[in-house]
Amino acid sequence: MPTLYDILTLLPELYLVAAVCLILLLDAFMKPAQRPQLHWISIVVLLVAIYLVVAGQPEQTATAFNGMFVRDHVAEILKVFALGITAVVFVYARPYMIDRKLFGGEFYALMIFAVLGVMVMVSAGNLVTIYLGLALLSLSSYALVALNRDARLPPEAAIKYFVLSALAGGMLLYGMSMVYGASGMGGTPTLDLAQLHGVMAYTTAPKLLLLGLIFMLVGIGFELGVAPFHMWLPDVYHGAPTPVTTFIGAVSKLAAFGLAWRLLEVGMGDLSRYWQPMLAALATASLVIGNLVAIVQTNFKRMMAYSTISHMGYVLLGLSAATPEGYSAALFYVICYALMSAAAFGVMLVLARAGFECEEISDFKGLNQKAPWMAFLMLLAMFSLAGVPPLFGFWAKVLVLEAAIHADMLWLAIVGVVTAFIGLYYYLYVIKAMYFDAPEEGAVVEVKTDTSLRVVLSVNALALLALGLYWGPLLAWCQRAFGV
Amino acid sequence: MFNHLLSLLIWLPIVGAVPVLLAGSARPMLARWLALLITIATFVISLWLLRYDPEGSVMQLQETHVWIATWGVHFTLAVDGISVALILMTTFVGILVIAGAWKVIQNRPHQYMACMLLLEGLLIGVFCATDALVFYAFFEAVLIPMYILIGMWGGPRRVYATLKLFIYTFTGSVFMLIALLYLYQKAHTFDLATLAALPLTMKEQAWLFFGFLIAFAIKVPMVPVHTWLPDAHVEAPTGGSVWLAAVMLKIGTYGMVRFMLPITPDAGAHFAWIVIVLSLVAIVYIGYVALVQEDMKKLVAYSSVAHMGFVTLGIFMAFMLVRESGNTEMASLGMQGAMVQMISHGFVSGAMFTCIGVMYDRTHTRQIRDYGGVINMMPWFGLFYVLFAMANCGLPGTSGFVGEFMVILASFSASPWIALFAAFTLIIGAGYTLWLVKRVLWGPVTTEHVRHMTPMTARETWVLIGFAVAVLVIGVWPQPLIHLMDSSVAHLVQQLAVHKI
Repeated sequence: MPTLYDILTLLPELYLVAAVCLILLLDAFMKPAQRPQLHWISIVVLLVAIYLVVAGQPEQTATAFNGMFVRDHVAEILKVFALGITAVVFVYARPYMIDRKLFGGEFYALMIFAVLGVMVMVSAGNLVTIYLGLALLSLSSYALVALNRDARLPPEAAIKYFVLSALAGGMLLYGMSMVYGASGMGGTPTLDLAQLHGVMAYTTAPKLLLLGLIFMLVGIGFELGVAPFHMWLPDVYHGAPTPVTTFIGAVSKLAAFGLAWRLLEVGMGDLSRYWQPMLAALATASLVIGNLVAIVQTNFKRMMAYSTISHMGYVLLGLSAATPEGYSAALFYVICYALMSAAAFGVMLVLARAGFECEEISDFKGLNQKAPWMAFLMLLAMFSLAGVPPLFGFWAKVLVLEAAIHADMLWLAIVGVVTAFIGLYYYLYVIKAMYFDAPEEGAVVEVKTDTSLRVVLSVNALALLALGLYWGPLLAWCQRAFGV
Repeated sequence: MFNHLLSLLIWLPIVGAVPVLLAGSARPMLARWLALLITIATFVISLWLLRYDPEGSVMQLQETHVWIATWGVHFTLAVDGISVALILMTTFVGILVIAGAWKVIQNRPHQYMACMLLLEGLLIGVFCATDALVFYAFFEAVLIPMYILIGMWGGPRRVYATLKLFIYTFTGSVFMLIALLYLYQKAHTFDLATLAALPLTMKEQAWLFFGFLIAFAIKVPMVPVHTWLPDAHVEAPTGGSVWLAAVMLKIGTYGMVRFMLPITPDAGAHFAWIVIVLSLVAIVYIGYVALVQEDMKKLVAYSSVAHMGFVTLGIFMAFMLVRESGNTEMASLGMQGAMVQMISHGFVSGAMFTCIGVMYDRTHTRQIRDYGGVINMMPWFGLFYVLFAMANCGLPGTSGFVGEFMVILASFSASPWIALFAAFTLIIGAGYTLWLVKRVLWGPVTTEHVRHMTPMTARETWVLIGFAVAVLVIGVWPQPLIHLMDSSVAHLVQQLAVHKI
């Protein structure tokens, strides 16, 4: 029987469930003329959720439902950024969705369900809760990718996403079942992450446990989108409507970090000497493959997909250090990446219009002549992604590199910097298109006049500069969450 | 104000770039005047740096702000004599570059001026950062405006040149970043003074030495990683070339002085011969390469590589002199010469590129064969051109002589062979420079290009007068400059004499 305490601990999530049901009802019963109001209602819903997360945050880690649900500072940070960036995506999405006649309650409801899945997943204290959150996130994401169902690419992308994701989810579940089995051999079987921490010490089937770990790593690798489990990323990025791409690129990565940390450190922390080299290998593969393949892309969304793969390699650099410093660096990195990719996609969205996606890199040619402010915002995002000081992305790289060196993985840090300058090329190439090339004959550049979109996008991109100049408080917040 | 003098010098041009940018393409004259006023204000403020007391402590005008508390990173700034000289050069060149681009840049002048101001602020930041991470941030950030500058206002192959510049220099710097992070592991700080006192084994020092060397050697640039420089120079607009030659190359050698000498003195002593040999190759071989160039800018670019060879030679010869013969006096002389050469080359090469820019604006060609007899059309310009050419080949009485002479003098005590090869520059340098002057200035007017050249405008004259004054003052009366840097150089020589193992 759940107590009031359990309910209160879960308040932001419960509130969000109620709110999303309300949005669905409103969508069904509102007059068509009033329906655009849903946009603002959804944003307010998310902002209130952020307030509930922050205001109700207990000083010490709190658990509810017998440890199924954990509310700690790591979850708090991830939830705040996941909710905040989803609200930003809503602002970016509106003109795009209206242009393509996709504007409607289901978009908002599905997005909020997805972010709810993220919140459950990053707060999971139990293998079942993790899978619950993951399933909610994934199912909503499949539908979101296929939202534009009459176009050619989105359904294809959604099917690809669904099949591969189901496979990876199956691997994850299979791994969890093995871990559960191993915990039962020589002790009481458990699904609780905190109790799983000590299984290695007593289990009579350590090999089964390790096999389970490997299967779970496949699931984690898929969610992060690291090589060699990255195949779905470019197609899904390319096929999905751009606002959904933004969501998958930013919010899902925050969730994937939460998943990885919960499973690997909270659950399998005493196996770190086994998963550390595996993560290092995944990181190397992602850094190399992501950066090299991104160079040859001509489609901006696909390029960003490969860039994501390489950036998740840097996140793994921090995770594979397996120290509180490393985790806080990885968390810092994933937040930084979410902000950077939101800004880059935001510029795409501000330039897209009905019948024109602005998704080829050549579409950015001569942007500085037509829309200098948008070109400047994109410049900030690109230099930040490339890791050029003083922008935010550079400091995130410094932190993960430092964590890797600290964990005696100097070679991995060197791989990180070598691939960083390989990756430099394709970001510079976008800037080249914007600043050095003349606009193509007859190309029309229309900047969306939506004020909220322009203001939020400017704030988002300028934040990359501002946080680059003063990143201390954010780092301190991340470090406090891991008790550094 | 004196407490925050350095911060003011850094942030005035950087923040000043914002109103210049906001002036927009609709009001180009406003953008130009704003930029000029900001650079003049920066120069005037930088004159306060002359309060630096050479007899006092080495680092002065110290400023410390806590930046990232959990990481122990402080935004610390301070200057020694060398930085003061370099900052003054930067702010002075800053004015001349803005004035030089006044009419030339018609395409989006507000963005051009904003880039110039950003560059100036960031370069000043490089010269006064005393925290390694802050230094690195400025050192790399310089690339952003430079990339835009060459890519937007450059010549036909500008994209190739600017990508090459960015990727080349970024590549070198990331290894330095690893080196810095490694040092942070050991010392838990990025403070340069603490890092200088950190004991390190020979193996560590060797790795760190090469990590730093690759970063700075590419920036200087030294043979064999100099190939980005001719491309960048040829394609860059005049202002970009002047910044590149006058100040950006100096951050490479400045970095060597700040990082390699104090942090890895033992590895430095062990591997100094590599740098010395590469410097001599730069002086002799690149001198010959300059001789055969057909493009004026390329010729001056290669001569820059050769001249920067003197700077690296002077710095690393100090190791040989101190460690092998204990000759600190000569080591100081060589180091001093290298520092004077840095300042002098800043003015001379800046002036040479400005001269080429003046001709290019009239003819739109940089090929030497398209010129001949320019003196008939532009007599006053000829006067300046000959003066700077003489300075470039190190004629006594010009600034070019002082530094080279001191380095050659010191190298004689290290080894007569080094002196012999270094002194080759007097012949080769004179060869390529005077031959250039002969082909461009003298003789009858033979080409259409030259026939239509118009005399210098007042603005161009004033810019060249600015450079000429600097070149002559340092050449005739170098004592104040040497006195300014004396104690700082002595301190450096002391640092590299310390065994850290």
